Amino acid sequence: MPDIIEAQDLKKDYGSTVAVDGIQFTVRKGEIFGFLGPNGAGKTTTMKMITCVSPRTSGTLRVLGMDPDRSPAEIKQRLGVVPQETNLDPDFTCFGNLYYYSRYFDIPKDLAEKRADELLEFVQLREKRDVAVEKLSGGMKRRLILARALVNTPDLLILDEPTIGLDPQARHLIWEKLRNLQAQGNTIVMSTHYLDEAERLCDRLVIMDNGKILVEGTPAELVRQHAGHEIVEVETSDDVIACLTELKVTFEQTGDMIQITATTDSAREIACNVLDRCKPKRMITRPATLEDVFLKLTGRTLRE
Amino acid sequence: MPHIFSIPRITRRAWKVWYRNMVVFVRTWQVNFFPPLIEALLYLFAIGIGIGTYVKEIDGIPYVNFIAPAILAIAVMNSAFFECTYGSYVRMYYQKSFDAMIATPLSIEDVIAGELLWGATRSVIYVVIMLPVLAAFGVVSLPLALLAIPLGFIGGLMFAGIAMCFTSISPGIDTLNYPAFLFITPMALFSGTFFPLTLMPAFLQYIAQALLPLTHLVAIMRMLTLDAVSWTIVLNFAWIAIVATIFCLLSINLMRRRLIV
Repeated sequence: MPDIIEAQDLKKDYGSTVAVDGIQFTVRKGEIFGFLGPNGAGKTTTMKMITCVSPRTSGTLRVLGMDPDRSPAEIKQRLGVVPQETNLDPDFTCFGNLYYYSRYFDIPKDLAEKRADELLEFVQLREKRDVAVEKLSGGMKRRLILARALVNTPDLLILDEPTIGLDPQARHLIWEKLRNLQAQGNTIVMSTHYLDEAERLCDRLVIMDNGKILVEGTPAELVRQHAGHEIVEVETSDDVIACLTELKVTFEQTGDMIQITATTDSAREIACNVLDRCKPKRMITRPATLEDVFLKLTGRTLRE
Repeated sequence: MPHIFSIPRITRRAWKVWYRNMVVFVRTWQVNFFPPLIEALLYLFAIGIGIGTYVKEIDGIPYVNFIAPAILAIAVMNSAFFECTYGSYVRMYYQKSFDAMIATPLSIEDVIAGELLWGATRSVIYVVIMLPVLAAFGVVSLPLALLAIPLGFIGGLMFAGIAMCFTSISPGIDTLNYPAFLFITPMALFSGTFFPLTLMPAFLQYIAQALLPLTHLVAIMRMLTLDAVSWTIVLNFAWIAIVATIFCLLSINLMRRRLIV
C-alpha cells in the first residue's frame, strides 16, 4: 500500500528565515498523524505545503502519490482542509456555505444539496441549516468548517488546530467525529497545541521545533522513551533540593516544582523515600504524559 | 517560479468564483438594483436639466445628450473599480474567502480571474439598468446605444484590472482611498465627460488621451449613444483592449505574489 504523504528533505524558506528545515515523514493510509510543536515550529507551513497552497523551496513531497507543484488541482480535489482561521463565507447560511463550497469541487447540484444536509446532520447543526454563519458560536463554526472540509468526501483530511478555543464539550464532539471518520477509513493529518488531544487521537505523531522534526512515534512510545512511566512531583524548597541531592536522585526543577522521572516500579520507592527523608510540603506521583515529553524536548522558554 | 509579467494559468474554474459573487449579488438585489437607477436619474436632473438649462448645447448636441454617454462610462468605471478594490479587499483580507477557495481545486489565478470577470459583470449590470432610463428620456440613440452593454464588459474588465493592481499592493483597506480620490474622482471630471476635452490646454488633452482610461471609454460610448461613429473608434478600442489585457494579467500575478508565499 503506497503511503498517503511522503516527504523527504522538505524545506521552506521565507526570505532568509527557514520555516521548515529539511524534514522527513510519511503518513500511512487510515491513520491519524499529528504535528506537535511550539508556535513557529513549522507545523502550519508544513500543512500549507501539503495542501498545495504554499510551494516548497526544496526537497520532495508526494501527496496521494502526486506532486503538489505539478498537480495541485488533482490533489486538492481529494483533500479536505480545516484551516486554523475560521474562513466561512459570511454571505451565506450554514447550508449555503456547504452547498456553494461543493460547487468549487464540481459536485453536481443534487448531490451537493444532499451531501450538505447529511453533513449538517453529521456535525449536529441541522437546526441551524438556514442561519447566517455569524450567528453561530465558536464551537458551531468549527463544526461547520469540519463539515465543509468533508463536502468532497476527501481521501485525506488536513486539520490545523481543529479545536482551538473550544469548550470541552465542543472538543469532545469534534474528537468523536474525527474518530468516526477514521473508522470509515479516512486518513487524517492534524496539528495541535493540545497534548491531551494528540495523546487521545493520534496513532503516530512528530514533535517539531525550529523547523525540524525532533522525534517521531506513537504517543505511548514517545512517553516511554522520553519521559519514563511515572513522574514524582515535589514542591521546591532549599531543604528538599539539598535532601534530593544527598539521596542522589536525579531531578529537574521547573518553576516551583521539582520533577523526578521514574519507571512504574521505582516510582513507589522514590516517593516513599522522598516523603520519608525530605519531608516535602506537597508531593504527587502521576503517570508521565506527552506534555512531559513535549516540554522536555522543546524546553520551557516562552514562544511568540 | 512565475514572476509578475508571466502569463498566468487560468482555468474555467474562474467562473465558479464569478458565480459565487453573482449569487450573493442577486440575493441582495434590492440594495444592488436601485443605486444605478437613482444615479442615472440624479445625473440627468442635476447636471443635464440643471446645468443644461444654461449650457443648452455643445458642438450642436443638446447638453443632456452630450453627458448621457459619460454617465454610462463613469458608472462602468465606478462599479468595476470599487468592486475590485473595496469589495475584493474585504473578501481577501476580512472574510478570508480566497484562502477558503484555494483549498479547493481552484488556484489563486482562477480566484482573481473570477473576481475580475465579476467586476466587469457589475459594470454590465449597471449599464443594463441605466440604459432604459436614458432611453426613456430620449437622450441616447437606439439601437446603436445597445452596444454600450458589451462595451461595458470590456471597459469594466479594464477598470477591474487596474483596481485589482491597487488592491494587490495596498497595505490596508484605508489606503485604497488614495486611488479612489486621486485617480478615479479627477478622471470622472477631466476625461471629456461633462465638457469636451478640447476646452483644456493642449498638454492636458495629450495627458488625458495618453493616460486616462476613461477618456477612451467616454469617446466610444459617445459615438455609440449619439450614433456618430468615426474611424477613431478603432484607436480608442485598441487602447482599452491593450490596457485591459496588461492590467488584468499583471493584477493576477501581483495578487499571487501577495497571497502565495
